[in-house]
Amino acid sequence: MIKAKINNVDVEVPEGTSILWAARKANFTIPTLCSHPDLVPGGQCGICVVEIEGIPGLKRACMTPLGEGWKVHTHTARLMEIRRQLVELILSYHDTDCLTCIKNNNCELQALAATLGINTVEWHSLEERLPIDRSSAAIVRDPNKCILCGRCTQVCSNMQTVNALAVNHRGYSTVITAAFDMGLGNSVCINCGQCVVHCPVGALYENSHIEKVWDAIHDPDKFVVVQEAPAVRVMLGEEFGMEPGTLVTGKMYAALRRIGFDAVLDTNFSADLTIIEEGTELVSRLKTGKNLPLITSCSPGWIKFMETFFHDMIPHMSTAKSPQQMFGALAKTYFAEQRGIAPEKIVSVSIMPCTAKKFECQRPEMRASGFQDVDFVLTTREIGRMLREAGIDLNEMPDEKADSLLGEYTGAATIFGTTGGVMEAALRSAYFLVAGRELESVDIAPVRGLKGIKEAEIDIDGLKVKVAVAHSGGQARRLMEKVQDQLRNEGKSEYHFIEVMACPGGCVGGGGQSWGSNMAKRARRGESLYAEDRSLQHRRSHENPSIKVLYEKFLGKPNSEKSHTLLHTHYYKRSTVDGDIIAEQ
Amino acid sequence: MVTENQCSCEQAQEEELYGKLQEVIKEHKGKPKELIMALHKAQNLFGYLPRKVQEMVAEGLNVSLSEVYGVITFYNFFSTAPQGRNNVKVCLGTACYVRGGQALLKKAEKELGIKADETTEDRRYSLGIVRCIGACGLAPAMLINDDVYGRVKTTKMMEIIKKYE
Repeated sequence: MIKAKINNVDVEVPEGTSILWAARKANFTIPTLCSHPDLVPGGQCGICVVEIEGIPGLKRACMTPLGEGWKVHTHTARLMEIRRQLVELILSYHDTDCLTCIKNNNCELQALAATLGINTVEWHSLEERLPIDRSSAAIVRDPNKCILCGRCTQVCSNMQTVNALAVNHRGYSTVITAAFDMGLGNSVCINCGQCVVHCPVGALYENSHIEKVWDAIHDPDKFVVVQEAPAVRVMLGEEFGMEPGTLVTGKMYAALRRIGFDAVLDTNFSADLTIIEEGTELVSRLKTGKNLPLITSCSPGWIKFMETFFHDMIPHMSTAKSPQQMFGALAKTYFAEQRGIAPEKIVSVSIMPCTAKKFECQRPEMRASGFQDVDFVLTTREIGRMLREAGIDLNEMPDEKADSLLGEYTGAATIFGTTGGVMEAALRSAYFLVAGRELESVDIAPVRGLKGIKEAEIDIDGLKVKVAVAHSGGQARRLMEKVQDQLRNEGKSEYHFIEVMACPGGCVGGGGQSWGSNMAKRARRGESLYAEDRSLQHRRSHENPSIKVLYEKFLGKPNSEKSHTLLHTHYYKRSTVDGDIIAEQ
Repeated sequence: MVTENQCSCEQAQEEELYGKLQEVIKEHKGKPKELIMALHKAQNLFGYLPRKVQEMVAEGLNVSLSEVYGVITFYNFFSTAPQGRNNVKVCLGTACYVRGGQALLKKAEKELGIKADETTEDRRYSLGIVRCIGACGLAPAMLINDDVYGRVKTTKMMEIIKKYE
């Protein structure tokens, strides 16, 4: 343990603790800007500098471990003057129209300027405005708001190992962008949005569909249906001041009804459906032993990652669409039929914790219904904005139920939103499909939690099924390289079934989450989904009554021709240079 | 400003160079730390670093294209546009700057019709900035290819430049 003094207050911390965290322990919050609890400190901004008696110069609190017997000062006159100057310098090249900025009230630079009491900016740099990058279906990048903190490049390169963004040029011309300024939409970017959720300012945000959804809601001719991802029900509350992980399912339905959606349904319904289709696929592959391991396909960030960096794994991918897209296909066919609504009048909206879904919904093959299956995707943040604009406070909503046909779900569906959830849900049903009886203990602990790669072995009637779960691009890469090695060297892999999520923590950590998130919040959201699972009557996807009706009345059976047309898809090889589809020769 | 559109004879010459590039890449294969060395050799071959070369180096050394582009744009020495037959470099080091280097640059930009780091349409001149070639006593100085010119006057500068074909 290290004993030292911070502002004359005694503090004792484990060796290696940074001055920043030691100061927290002593109840001092040193101002920071580029620091993020989930990332390795890079010392880019210099705001957290402190003075240490006897040591010349200034040390960055975020990167300096506290030394034995040190006497640290965090707010001397000199330090305060320096911090103010640093922020003024940043503001001098920053686009300071906070009133019209997407991050107004949620911006870390705005908060810091307020904390430090900045009221004038003496330097004014005459840089020309750089163009805003709107090439991506999912993410918008405004370089005029960028403060070059480097968080986005750190997550894109180190955490996600996608490397779409890098720091280019130098000096005043320094800009963080995709190579050749090709635009994120023309690059290997997988649309996961981790850059968006880590950006402290308004330089990165989602490509908003809000205006289009308002147009649809206000159009008396249109019938607007909405589906919400499992993760949204444990995240939406944060947009209204609730604790992360507060379960708001009933309130969410009420709010969506009040804002004007004509039918409030649920992605969880189609999550159960995905399990039935994919479970059936797993069983058939286990029987033939071909194309194992089977790999899940509901994360569009993972799909583009796989198509770009591991397209030799395409034969292993499940052909099942994601729950969002399965829902989309059914909304304009089954739902339209049953309710007697002309499908061309239906506008299909989804609420997602995800930015990649905005890319997924406009993939050219996602038109199984004859129309674009999912028209618009709103992130959790976007629906929060829309509700606030309509004057609806989630806290004041009563608990309501979803509409029928595509609204009912089991516990297996709701855990989709956290890493390991899809795996657990699939195993609960796969067990039944193989063994002909129920898996007694439905909680499969080894696939739960935030460890980068989790493994488990399940005995299904004598057959030992080995599974693995990876989340974040970096862990997915590690796992895929291992599988590739095994397939190359031994002709087969130790794994039968793999779940991959592009975002750390799974969907609860997706690109659409509320500003100011971190891993601790993601963990709490995940826990809350498992709690909802335990509270529900049905916990296995094949027990969902509405699903049984769907197959009876419409689809026939899993993997039937109709199921295949509507609910299954295919993939492309993409170039590692720019993510473009490589035309088949 | 010259673009990457080339005439067919230039293209044929470049094809040959790609073979030599493959050998450079083989030398440094899978060694991301040797990126700058590899790029230096590649630029020596082609005179600049066309996009295709960057992509090949990225793949060969197992470095992302983003990182390659980031390194290239950071270093003044690396060029992504073909160089002209004559490389005109105005010194903007301290002594030359104080003695009017900036004015020389501005005049050259105006007369040649290009900005620093660009090449004229007819590929006759590339214009660039250097920082101190150690001829401070002759400030303001200018380099054209390997020739050093000292005490350059703005009125006489274009005469000197035009001597080069």
